[in-house]
Amino acid sequence: MSDNTTAKKPRKVKGKTVVDIQKCKGCEICITACSENGIKLSKEINNLGYRYAVIVDDLCTGCTNCALVCPDGVIKVYRTSAKKKELVAEIKNVQSDMKIKIDK
Amino acid sequence: MLTGEKDCIIEDGEVYELVYEKPLTTLTGTRMHYCPGCGHSTAHKVLAEVIEELGIQEQTIGVAPVGCSVFAYDYLNIDMQEAAHGRATAVATGIKRVLPDKYVFTYQGDGDLAAIGTAETIHSINRGENIMIIFINNAVYGMTSGQMAPTTLVGMKSTTSPYGRDADFAGMPIKVSELIAPLKGAFYVTRHSVHTPGNVRKLKKAITNGFKYQQLKKGVTFIEVISNCPSNWKMTPVKSNEFIEKEMLPYYPLGDIKLPSKEDLAGLK
Amino acid sequence: MEELDIRLMKGNEAMAEAAIQAKCDAYFGYPITPQSEVLEYLSREMPGRYGIPLQAESEVASINMVYGAAGAGKRVMTSSSSPGFSLMMEGISYIASAQLPCLLVNVNRGGPGLGTIQPSQGDYFQATKGGGHGDYHLIVLAPNSVQEMADFVFLGFELADKYRNPVCMLSDGAIGQMMERVVFKKREVPAIKKDWATTGKTKDRERNIITSLFIQPEKMEQVNLSLNKKYEEISKNEVRYEEIFTDDAEYLIVAYGLSSRISHKTVILAREKGIKLGLLRPITLYPYPYKRLNELANKLKGILTLELNAGQMIEDVKLSVEGKVPVWHYGRMGGIIPSPEEVLENFEKLAKIK
Repeated sequence: MSDNTTAKKPRKVKGKTVVDIQKCKGCEICITACSENGIKLSKEINNLGYRYAVIVDDLCTGCTNCALVCPDGVIKVYRTSAKKKELVAEIKNVQSDMKIKIDK
Repeated sequence: MLTGEKDCIIEDGEVYELVYEKPLTTLTGTRMHYCPGCGHSTAHKVLAEVIEELGIQEQTIGVAPVGCSVFAYDYLNIDMQEAAHGRATAVATGIKRVLPDKYVFTYQGDGDLAAIGTAETIHSINRGENIMIIFINNAVYGMTSGQMAPTTLVGMKSTTSPYGRDADFAGMPIKVSELIAPLKGAFYVTRHSVHTPGNVRKLKKAITNGFKYQQLKKGVTFIEVISNCPSNWKMTPVKSNEFIEKEMLPYYPLGDIKLPSKEDLAGLK
Repeated sequence: MEELDIRLMKGNEAMAEAAIQAKCDAYFGYPITPQSEVLEYLSREMPGRYGIPLQAESEVASINMVYGAAGAGKRVMTSSSSPGFSLMMEGISYIASAQLPCLLVNVNRGGPGLGTIQPSQGDYFQATKGGGHGDYHLIVLAPNSVQEMADFVFLGFELADKYRNPVCMLSDGAIGQMMERVVFKKREVPAIKKDWATTGKTKDRERNIITSLFIQPEKMEQVNLSLNKKYEEISKNEVRYEEIFTDDAEYLIVAYGLSSRISHKTVILAREKGIKLGLLRPITLYPYPYKRLNELANKLKGILTLELNAGQMIEDVKLSVEGKVPVWHYGRMGGIIPSPEEVLENFEKLAKIK
């Protein structure tokens, strides 16, 4: 993470991305599309032999720019949703004794 | 990650909602053979998104060309026909004439549409076939590895213009959109690109219109897409996108070249 | 009693009328002498009756329109004459590979090159040996009357659908242009299920793809093998020919289309002179009646092929008879049609009967 990005204020809307790293071809177009400078290439290579996109969630606003320009559609973008948050909170209250399955 | 709630991730007390994912029903999921950063992949993805969002998978028939996108039917999960080199709009004419209520499109490169298929392009547009033509202009023959195309810029090097295209010798690069726009059969002519997020959004809107306008049966919707060819331009994908901005767009300016009037669009659902 | 629909028509017009009655959904064509009547007739008659007639910008376009519409599961046809048919060859090869049923009519005129607009049988090789690139065959029907130009439209569509294979009707400028009595029978056209066609991918099936591209060698070879298997099946089931005075024949003329009509008269003239001449007329030029000719060769002294070309079908006749009897060729070119007397005279010379 470079210094100019850490100085930014915490934002209301936060984003989260899931990159299908085995399908990424490392073209770097997403890197140029990210206004937050939040994407780097990995040091490792994937099964296809490419270095792949690594996205820093802390910097992600969920704007979807990276995913839109990604030729291979390997990026899924999530964004915080206040509405969904309320909904999930409600469900949790009702079912507080239920187990929630957590992956990883 | 919380399972059972497919389009949400719950983490650190925040609920994250899925806002972008590549189309899952209209793309087959097969990994595309295109080179890293190739605009064809992006254009395929946008096309698939539109078909998915309009819910017209069952009514859409595509025609693939000869060129890099010859395997488009491996990636798009719709009924498709593979045409001979340059003949995509003739094939599309055949389909649309016998299935007039389906959405029919061709997806063609510059060599296919503007060189070997010029006659078919001009005449299918002149007849006002109710099809959409998606024209990928990357100024080079990609599949045969980098020969000069009818759209190769002046001075641009290719394997058959190794000293740069000489306009006196090879002629000027052809501006197909401007050429066909005056034809009455051309209903909607527009030029876009896929090199920035904003342009991808605009292209998506144009393709959406391209499909929708077919309902009106008033002619061809023609969508030119300025694209890159990193491998044959011998540039990184990022550099190739800069080349689009600096060299391609001044000659092939983006934007609408022919728009339907309000009266033309009356009755559109 | 059913009233007969009898008309006096040109071969080209009879073929066009038959197309409408055979429920041809679309016709794509480009004007070229001597078959422009087809496009003219259908442009006039199809609207309001049945089918869509579309004049394309070239034969290249029309054959590819046929590809698209046939791939969409419809009954389609095109027609042209020799130079135009040559232009279609690329598309025909694609159609054969993608296994699209359709009817293609070549009203043969003289060549090579721009040639002449007069009748010829110079396109025999092109029609029967593939014509375009790659390993493929068309089913080739050779009418010798106006009636057959009509009848073979029905037969052609039927065979095309049965085998998912393009069918070529190889006529010529004389049969196409001449007027004769033609009878149209009432026929039922059965609906054919084409679940391979591109009609829009519904949820209950995988997407349909019409293609002739099989880039992996293993896959391409499989396609070649399956096409060949189909051609074998066609060769087994669909050989058609007509025999005239072959029972006691010592000599045989083999001729198709227009030259079979001349030959018929030649046979009669020969019989009047006491020469036991017979006629075998191949109706399907592909598949060819190799087997029957081979059988007949056992009791013959010689075979003459009459062709309006420099000698093309003679190769198939020679293949058929496996050297059992001598095979001679007589033909005229440039659109010149030999008289039955001329043919007989030359036959007698070649057979050393005089």
